[in-house]
Amino acid sequence: MNILSQALRAVLAAALAVALALPAAADIGQVKTRKGQVSVERKGQLLPAEVGMPLEASDTLKTGADGSVGITMRDNSLLSAGPNSILSLERFEFDATTSQGRFDAQLQRGTLAVVSGRIAKQSPQAMTLRTPSAQLGVRGTDFVVSAGE
Amino acid sequence: MLGLLAALLAGCASKPQGSVVLLPDAQGRDTAVRVRQDGGELLLDKPYAAALLTDQGPRPTTSSAEQVQAQFGAALAARPAPPQQFTLYFIEGKDEFTDESKRAFDGVFVEITRRPVPDVLVIGHTDRVGSDAFNDALSRQRAEVVRRALVARGLAADSIVVVGRGEREPIVTTADGVAEARNRRVEILVR
Repeated sequence: MNILSQALRAVLAAALAVALALPAAADIGQVKTRKGQVSVERKGQLLPAEVGMPLEASDTLKTGADGSVGITMRDNSLLSAGPNSILSLERFEFDATTSQGRFDAQLQRGTLAVVSGRIAKQSPQAMTLRTPSAQLGVRGTDFVVSAGE
Repeated sequence: MLGLLAALLAGCASKPQGSVVLLPDAQGRDTAVRVRQDGGELLLDKPYAAALLTDQGPRPTTSSAEQVQAQFGAALAARPAPPQQFTLYFIEGKDEFTDESKRAFDGVFVEITRRPVPDVLVIGHTDRVGSDAFNDALSRQRAEVVRRALVARGLAADSIVVVGRGEREPIVTTADGVAEARNRRVEILVR
């Protein structure tokens, strides 16, 4: 390969790098495990949650009496909810290069296990989990919460 | 005095609104959660340190592995596998694996196939030999080589995101123009 075509390839590759990094930006995470009845409330619609389903900011996960669900966020946070739980992913912003971001979630009801990810590691003020009566500042890393008992 | 305290505590316990339990970190890292309610604030910073949420603020208590399992077993069982990161190395100036990394690639693929819905982030890097533009393209090409190899083995192309970071994020800091094998790499995050 000559120098010119190599240079052209370099330019094209750089342009592609920018273009291809974008599509995943809207996804904030993904459903990785699911048992029993689980749904996702998105923009007023109730969708059945499937393993592999991408998640968006403002999604609310709801598990039935036999349900549980586990999700991995783009910053590597792991959230998993037990039966009869309602979990809202209120806000999620994440810069994969700097690890800067903001993650706010609310457990309205039920049980939740959390392993915090890069957002909380980068900045101890950047991840907040609320329940109807409490606010948790997540310094890291591994904890469980219940709400509404 | 003690009677008053007991009455206060009993009052607190009358309206449980939930609980928080700090768990031991799997990698032994420092861990803490600050619990805030209208009635006060509590810092949990030891494994199994716990807070009962009440209408008069968080009440400190201690939990145990057994109690956590009893109440949170289903939530913990649903936890996804933790993300795993791999690093593969390249021959100077090329998008070819070193011999060692050719072998290590098999391990990456095994980890991917263990997961029901893998998503993979591939980030290419270079050392500081060559121009920024050259290294941006080379880092991208290196990541692309990994993507193609994963797709060739059957991983869905849309579950892979590829990024090139050029020479910006070295593992070992060097002067410009210096060849450094540890910086010629692709990081593969398997989730």
